[in-house]
Amino acid sequence: MDKKVSFDEERCKGCELCIEACPKGIIHLADHFNSKGFHPAAVTDEEQAKCTTCLLCARMCPDTVIEIFRPERVAR
Amino acid sequence: MAEQILMKGNEAVAEAAIRAGCRFFAGYPITPQNEIPEYMARKLFEVGGTFIQAESEVSAINMVYGGAGTGTRSMTSSSSPGISLKQEGISYIAGAELPALVVNMVRAGPGLGGIQPAQGDWFQATKGGGHGDYRLLVFVPASVQEAIDLVGQAFELAEHYRNPVMILGDAVLGQMMEPVVLPEPVDLAKLPQKSWATTGTGGTRKPNVVNSLYLDAELCEKHNFKLQEKYRQMTEREVRFEELNMDDAEIVLTAYGTSARVAISAMKRARSEGLKVGMIRPITAWPFPYEPFRKASERVRAFLDVEMSAGQMIEDVRLAVQDRAPIFFYNRMGGMVPTPKAVLEELHKIDHSLKRDKLGGRLGV
Amino acid sequence: MSVKVFERPKALSSVIFHYCPGCTHGIIHRLVAEAIDEFGVQGKTIGVASVGCSVLAYNYFNVDFQQAAHGRAPAVATGIKRCLPDRTVFTYQGDGDLASIGTAEIVHAAMRGENITVIFVNNAIYGMTGGQMAPTTLLGQNTTTSPGGRKPERAGRPIRMSEMLSQLEGPAYIARVSTHNAAQVARAKQAVKKAFQAQVDKKGFSMVEVLSTCPTNWGMTPNEALKWLEENMLPVYPLGEFKTEPGLPGPSAAKTTVPTREVKTD
Repeated sequence: MDKKVSFDEERCKGCELCIEACPKGIIHLADHFNSKGFHPAAVTDEEQAKCTTCLLCARMCPDTVIEIFRPERVAR
Repeated sequence: MAEQILMKGNEAVAEAAIRAGCRFFAGYPITPQNEIPEYMARKLFEVGGTFIQAESEVSAINMVYGGAGTGTRSMTSSSSPGISLKQEGISYIAGAELPALVVNMVRAGPGLGGIQPAQGDWFQATKGGGHGDYRLLVFVPASVQEAIDLVGQAFELAEHYRNPVMILGDAVLGQMMEPVVLPEPVDLAKLPQKSWATTGTGGTRKPNVVNSLYLDAELCEKHNFKLQEKYRQMTEREVRFEELNMDDAEIVLTAYGTSARVAISAMKRARSEGLKVGMIRPITAWPFPYEPFRKASERVRAFLDVEMSAGQMIEDVRLAVQDRAPIFFYNRMGGMVPTPKAVLEELHKIDHSLKRDKLGGRLGV
Repeated sequence: MSVKVFERPKALSSVIFHYCPGCTHGIIHRLVAEAIDEFGVQGKTIGVASVGCSVLAYNYFNVDFQQAAHGRAPAVATGIKRCLPDRTVFTYQGDGDLASIGTAEIVHAAMRGENITVIFVNNAIYGMTGGQMAPTTLLGQNTTTSPGGRKPERAGRPIRMSEMLSQLEGPAYIARVSTHNAAQVARAKQAVKKAFQAQVDKKGFSMVEVLSTCPTNWGMTPNEALKWLEENMLPVYPLGEFKTEPGLPGPSAAKTTVPTREVKTD
């Protein structure tokens, strides 16, 4: 399945605003560091399915880390 | 032959600026330069330009920064206390390498001082004024016609060097009327494109940034070296001065602007009374014409510096002359203008003291 | 297959912001860039950066920029706009810059109705210089120059720029918005767009005051700072539109000023 929310880890400063904003509580800080020494925000592959693409995390992100993808409706 | 007309100094400066392509003027009222913004308020819109009466001199110079940053020929004018307020913006304009014209019709200081002519802003104009290592090209016209001619050159050179240029006049220059010939207006369409100007990228180029901030010390030093190289070029190419009766001069008068006019009258009378008096008149205050002073100091008996200040230009004269000849000083201050008669008396006194000197007139050698 | 529904606006460069983690400057930059994208004016926009944390804003926007002296951005923007009236010109200023050292410039740009857009970031403190008191600092708020909290007898009371400026006739649009949650950010976006709309429609001066946080100098985590903003700044700095000229999109409930009568001159 395609990712609904993706994080540009190198831009992330681990500020956690997205974590607070996410109504589903699926965002966490990864264990690893990015090159600036921050734990970047992440969503596990399993949790991606819970994302409703509500955009709240992306709206609150001060560093334009987050991109959101919405599944396209299949034409009938 | 172009028509000769009678014009007041301040208005002539304004008209010359419009003819030189100035299309943006921001100013603030202060005596004795008000005719410049008033003239601009009447005339600038007629040629498609903009005049703004700013809320302060501080704001006016920053409007000029913004206007100059778009590549528009921009200027402001003021008088001493107002020029003090503009120093912040002048430093930024120099730092951001923008072309602009600043006119200072100097009045007496310090503080509120007075509204009569003075020359107490030489240090401010030539030694910095604002913060940091920058220079202005500073013209010191002695007549209305010369002011007109220098305004035209000021815009050209400001753009050539991407550096602010100052016209340093005083209340006499601004307020007196003289017959002048105005130049033909510059064709704005023929001016070179300014690739650095912030006009919007148009989606076709990388953004231009007008800026004087270099947080990286190495880059800031590099920027400063680049500025200094421009100033070095100015000192090589832009020094202007006038020499009068220097061939056989024994005493050299020096003065600029209004005091130069007085000195010239004194020189003429001195000549008619048998004194061999010549004159060096700086036209650029910065870069200062050190060379003619140095040359003259090899052979003349003395210098007489006449200023409407406590003695500011005399420091540059001393740098040039050093101890090769005595430098005498005559001044008036606070808005008082020296008379030719008083200067003539000084010349006689100097002549007398030199004749008494056993060394044959080479004092201090 | 899926479609991208949120990405970095084109008017932002790829340079990573120097702002501290969780600083809402980044959100506000993005909102401005989104507005520039949506109006399609990137190629004809000129920004003016001020002095403060956003001094380096020119690195972050893909548009021409001028960097102004402290407080002077509205004067610089005036110069730009008067020379290039068909360009979109905005300033991006903090509260030290706009509400302290630059009060003359902002008041008179607003008075003249300069057709520029001002983004005014109010975080109640001087961030760049290390957390000194701003004119917007709240009573009792601890800063390095109001140790023990701002006391009115020593340092006066917080200044409300939006309310002040909305008394003038020049402004077409003045609003105060906040960044303390995603819903407010969405509202802030609408206000920023409306401000740019006012400029595009040549209606005059527009300003959006954006309540913002300074986690570092407030001494809080970014999320704590958002809560602090909501609990402490909103009562002092109420959100809303203070001035809306008729003709701007959206509800125009806010008051307009009565135009002054012109005197006859010969």
